[in-house]
Amino acid sequence: MEGIDTGDTAWVLVSTALVLVMTPALAFFYGGMVRKKNLLSTLNLSFVMIGVISLQWVLYGYSLAFGNDIGGWIGDMKFAGFSGVGSDPNADYAATIPHLAFAGYQMMFAVITPALITGAFVERVRFPAFLIFSVLWATLVYDPVAHWVWGVGGVLREMGALDFAGGTVVHAISGFSALVFALVIGARRGFGRAPMEPNNIPFSVLGTGLLWMGWFGFNGGSALGANGLAANAIVTTNTAAAAAGLVWMFLSWQENKPSVLGFVTGAVVGLVAITPAAGFVTPLAAIAIGAIAAPISYYAIRLRQRLNFDESLDVWACHGVGGTWGALATGLFATTAVNPGGADGLFYGNPGQFVTQAIAVFGAVIFASVLTFVIAKLLQMTIGLRVTENEEEVGLDISEHGERAYA
Amino acid sequence: MTKKIEAIIREEKLNDVKDALREIGIIGMNVYEVRGHGRQGGITLAGRIGTYQIDMLPRLQLNIILSDHNVEKTIETIRRAASTGRQGDGVIFIYPVDEVIRIRTGERGKEALTYEGDIDDRQS
Repeated sequence: MEGIDTGDTAWVLVSTALVLVMTPALAFFYGGMVRKKNLLSTLNLSFVMIGVISLQWVLYGYSLAFGNDIGGWIGDMKFAGFSGVGSDPNADYAATIPHLAFAGYQMMFAVITPALITGAFVERVRFPAFLIFSVLWATLVYDPVAHWVWGVGGVLREMGALDFAGGTVVHAISGFSALVFALVIGARRGFGRAPMEPNNIPFSVLGTGLLWMGWFGFNGGSALGANGLAANAIVTTNTAAAAAGLVWMFLSWQENKPSVLGFVTGAVVGLVAITPAAGFVTPLAAIAIGAIAAPISYYAIRLRQRLNFDESLDVWACHGVGGTWGALATGLFATTAVNPGGADGLFYGNPGQFVTQAIAVFGAVIFASVLTFVIAKLLQMTIGLRVTENEEEVGLDISEHGERAYA
Repeated sequence: MTKKIEAIIREEKLNDVKDALREIGIIGMNVYEVRGHGRQGGITLAGRIGTYQIDMLPRLQLNIILSDHNVEKTIETIRRAASTGRQGDGVIFIYPVDEVIRIRTGERGKEALTYEGDIDDRQS
């Protein structure tokens, strides 16, 4: 194979496995925070995306995102069914690994992004409506935005927007879509009256551990090679998570006690915030990005609570707001000293990069929010988004799946 | 007369209460996990951010069946071992028991109830 580097290929293949595990990890992160009667349902909302989106991606999703550019907005059907996607590299994206390795690695990003949204509507969503929503959202929101940001000829890429591993493409758009969906579907029965206690915080801690490890593949693998850039991405990723976890812990300590769920939530927020920046910033900048991300998301949760929105597992506060902060922070802290292929940010004398980042992330977020509203409303008016009151009281494990988590 | 003592105690006091009861010769008992609250209301737990209140607190319920004349001594023992002096220490209920049947032997009444060397055997 002309131009194939075995080290690069091995790293991207391993990273593919690491990113795959993040979806089950997310399932447990979310599963720990719902009530016992909805544990299996919540696990499944994430897990089943591996099935659904893997097929969507092979059949046409990859081509929409990475096919030949049509006007900057979408890819064509050149790679539908992974046709022509084989052992030879695609020099447009990764010149030293098989095209199939790149396409398979990107598949895992496409899988986890709609899974992130599920935290918004756990404990009340109708399973069939959720399946249809996810396919439509992947097709109409994820694939186009991935093309804008990462596809050759994509509008945001052409503008010079930087998004190393998906702060905008994965986190910002899924987080804002989650908020919109939560407002459309409405609050859980009893929301705000009785506390809805997490059934198993250890699951959330375990899920975070696996997410944290998987994120090394998510960000480190986005270097698309086994090289110094991958090392930079992994170190900045770990550093930001550490800073954000600790700051979150102290925030909760100041109000009461150092919450364990608080520490792991902070770590996830740090991982989210560093995602767009991991390959463009220094480890010291990563401390700042993580440390600032924690209070932003912390008080975003408080705001969400004050507004009485039942965006149940705070996908908006953690991924939407955290991802947006990360995209903006990339425009502040990016330096070509770390990555000559990137750009300098505001703190390195290039204020224009910050403006570009802001236009890119807000453009993508507005697009995703509008589309999510339209898709969710259409499903609500046709097949219905919510289970019945009785089914909600019994719990979705029994009502949607006929199973229960514990005998 | 046979009585049932139903004592609701703090979870962390189970070992103290069990040890104290064994010393006065109470061998058999069973324990339920229960949730509830009395005058103390609830407690504050740490959430992802800030705090939240829960009002149904975990407690243990001990069930002990024994003869009438040993009831007061048992109550005193449980009280001493289970008390912290703070609200939420629990409560004790006493009920009359109509009949006791040991499944293995079919024995009834006092025979079904008494173990060799236990409080009723010692002070019958």
